[in-house]
Amino acid sequence: MPDTTTPNYHWPPMADRRVIGKSHSRLDGIQKASGAAKYNSDIKPAGMLFGAILTCPHAHARVTSIDTSEAEKIPGVTAVRVIMGPGKEVQWGGAEVASVSATSEEAANDAVKAIKVEYEELPFLVREDDISKAGNRAKAAGEQVTGDPDKAFQEAAYTHEGDYGIPVITHCCLESHGNVVAWEGDKLSLWPSTQNVSGIGGDLGRAINVSAANIHVHQDHIGGGFGSKFPADLWGVEAAELSKQSGGKPVKIFLDRKTELLIAGNRPSAFGHIKVAADKDGKITAWESKTWSTGGLAGGGLSADLFPYVYRKVPNRRINHTAISTNTGSARAWRAPNHEQVSYLTCSAIEDLAAKMKMDPLEVFLKNADLTMREEAYTSQLKKAAELADWKKNWHQRGDSGSGAVKRGLGIGVGTWGGAGHASQCQATIHPDGSVEVELGSQDLGTGTRTIIAMVAAETLGLPVSAINVKIGDSTYPPSGASGGSTTVGGVSSSTRKATVNALDKLFAAVAPSLGTTPDKLEAVDRRIVVKGDTSKSLTWEAACRKLGTNKISESGENNPRTAPREGLNTGGVAGVQIADVSVDTETGLVKMNRLIAVHDCGLIINPKTAESQIFGACIMSVCSALFEERVADQQIGRVLNPDMEFYKLAGIMDIGEIIVHLDISPENDKRGVIGLGEPPAIPGDAAIGNAVANAIGVRVPQLPLTADRVLAALASKGGNA
Amino acid sequence: MSEIDSKVPNKPPKTKSDFSRRGFLKGVGISGGVLSTGVLETEAEAEPTAKVDGPGAVPITLNINGKMHKLEVEPRVTLCDALRNRLEITAAKRVCDRGTCGACTVIINGKAVYSCTTLAIDAQGKRIETLEGFSTPAHPHALTKAFLDHDAEQCGYCTPGFVVAAKAFLDHNPNPTEADLKTGLGGNLCRCGTYMGIRKAVMQAAKEMKSAKVAKGTAHA
Ligand code: FES
Ligand code: FES
Repeated sequence: MPDTTTPNYHWPPMADRRVIGKSHSRLDGIQKASGAAKYNSDIKPAGMLFGAILTCPHAHARVTSIDTSEAEKIPGVTAVRVIMGPGKEVQWGGAEVASVSATSEEAANDAVKAIKVEYEELPFLVREDDISKAGNRAKAAGEQVTGDPDKAFQEAAYTHEGDYGIPVITHCCLESHGNVVAWEGDKLSLWPSTQNVSGIGGDLGRAINVSAANIHVHQDHIGGGFGSKFPADLWGVEAAELSKQSGGKPVKIFLDRKTELLIAGNRPSAFGHIKVAADKDGKITAWESKTWSTGGLAGGGLSADLFPYVYRKVPNRRINHTAISTNTGSARAWRAPNHEQVSYLTCSAIEDLAAKMKMDPLEVFLKNADLTMREEAYTSQLKKAAELADWKKNWHQRGDSGSGAVKRGLGIGVGTWGGAGHASQCQATIHPDGSVEVELGSQDLGTGTRTIIAMVAAETLGLPVSAINVKIGDSTYPPSGASGGSTTVGGVSSSTRKATVNALDKLFAAVAPSLGTTPDKLEAVDRRIVVKGDTSKSLTWEAACRKLGTNKISESGENNPRTAPREGLNTGGVAGVQIADVSVDTETGLVKMNRLIAVHDCGLIINPKTAESQIFGACIMSVCSALFEERVADQQIGRVLNPDMEFYKLAGIMDIGEIIVHLDISPENDKRGVIGLGEPPAIPGDAAIGNAVANAIGVRVPQLPLTADRVLAALASKGGNA
Repeated sequence: MSEIDSKVPNKPPKTKSDFSRRGFLKGVGISGGVLSTGVLETEAEAEPTAKVDGPGAVPITLNINGKMHKLEVEPRVTLCDALRNRLEITAAKRVCDRGTCGACTVIINGKAVYSCTTLAIDAQGKRIETLEGFSTPAHPHALTKAFLDHDAEQCGYCTPGFVVAAKAFLDHNPNPTEADLKTGLGGNLCRCGTYMGIRKAVMQAAKEMKSAKVAKGTAHA
């Protein structure tokens, strides 16, 4: 029996969809590509002052004195604030020590330079790659044992042991972290660069003792976040306080690139010794990992519970992890927290085991798919990726890659992620003139959130996408979750679907009498309200809305993660497989990407165009981290050596090769509802590229990024028989 | 947001990253930042005049998008900062602030230039074009439309720099191969990973710009 008490929120059947599932260009694309889009780092409200922050050059130091008198004398300076007064301990390089505001950016920077600070330097640790040097900064978590690993290793036909490492990398969002803040009476305006429009006001409010209701947050666009832009941060607090001391004038603080790279978040490292064993058929029987990582002063960093990654059901396991506290900026969520690192360590060890067994790693991944939670999904994805890579033709035994200096290789990486929708509320309003708006306190990180919201509303209301006025990016709209963990698309699409279904039901009720029918007999199609099965009876959308007289319809809809699974609009849980195809010049050590093949399952895809872009982008990020990115710290002087974009390297347009995306859009996957796609494709690439290089040159380059010097060192250690 | 460096009185030998960029620029009296669009500055720089500007603010006039702007800036102010902080012309973004990423790209006398490594005072008497000058939401340039069509943008923060660099590139290389394009746009970085779309977008725009030129040429003939 159909439930007649609650409206039918279900996604329309695949075949009936007019908007959802069809590629749509992003709504703000012309604005962005004509330079008209205003980011909060672009705005200049009347009277705006420029803020700047004095940072600490030492990894660990105590402030012994601080003298701001010269800074205060600089013409144009409106306020100087000490953050770390005498006696305060600074725990990492780049940490905020004082802040200033001034009428020009030059004056603000001069003022910062004029502040005199004396420090007593304290012992520090800024590197964690060699755990033997970590001393008491290393904190081991308890050992986790499942089955009988010792016995399993004894009985194994093959055992591989190896060391692997993946360094700290940073988010390097092109729009730096920061904000503009202004007071008006006891109310505050905050123009941040945030992944958390609905929540950041409360976060700032708690820090400066202002009710969130008195903080108005507005953000139209954000220039990248990747997990690093959730909190209000100290620069939010400082901008608010500097503004207050400057009569409430707007104060802009956006971190300079150096500071951004030092303190505005990073991805924890992961180093470790892995031991993995298989029986004579290549079935994995035992796993042992001793890993360590740093996430900054707090240690932390990595969730070792995820070992062995994806291949969770290896029967005998021993897992040890040590967190190392370092005097470096704190880690933040980084597009798929934990997963890239555990994927890299796990898949590298599995391919090395395969090489030892002289087996095709594809066969090993396939043969052991029953050790994953999604045997069928991984089996079909591995096969699909292999087919797209032409694996049979292009794969060869490790190192068996011909006599030329340039060697080609293929490698596999796997991943998994959740991606169910976050809590989200939407208000949908239909006006008597036929105009429609949907309001959500959400944000578009560049993933295309604005566009998918409009598409969902358009689908429900039988209108073109252009008829929907999407209002996001403001804290006066109904609260929507922070955009992290691939939760946004599921959350906002579900709340928008419900709000627009509710609004449409009200419209049906208002117009049914004039069509001589009951509301349940109506549907909205192609800008008309039509009596189902009798197209002769209909009203245009505008005529229907006119019947509202002076009353608009305004209805809400909510996605609640707790009830969402049984409602079926969104869900979580995806698998992914990537195969990298690289060429390595064994004379120069240079790695060249040929192709990265990305096969991902998904749920209902709202906008294939932006979904594909997510995968392209994530794959390119993997090329960056596998080949280029590393935060390099020097233990002699306690400094990060490359807090700039020349030496903190990202891939350019010529570095990425071709990227081949296969998204499994199918009725079966569609039934699962909407699933986020931000993180999953960012996961397997590091492992796939590392494995491809090992396959090409016949030896493992244990640590990412796979720079020329590391490749050459690995070749040399092997004795150069590449 | 500089550091007070009390620790290193005798600085170690300077590495590239240690240079104070503005000090360097002032020292040698040139404007840097010509992009790798294959259009390196070849003509000799005008003889520097003997007059010393600064350190205080000096009045300057900048020709931006065909409009003269009078403003007062200290000689150390970059063109990027003059555009963004003084004139609120913000398509060009400040990202690396040292000539690496291309987000601040503008066109000066027909050539793509990093505005963060160009001093505002040195940009006087030259034709400065920003993205706003050749593309608006009401009249989007072929490149802007192509970026939309191929979803060559995500967060969009690198996008203006790419569009401007691509325009300068296509103005000099109207028939690029994809290999040319990869070199030509090698001076710009994107963190969101939009390169796949950018390649397609620039190739499409190249075609459209060429056929538009041909059409225009015929109309005039
Ligand atoms: S901001 Fe000018 S090149 Fe990066
Ligand atoms: S689109 Fe975000 S940096 Fe390029």
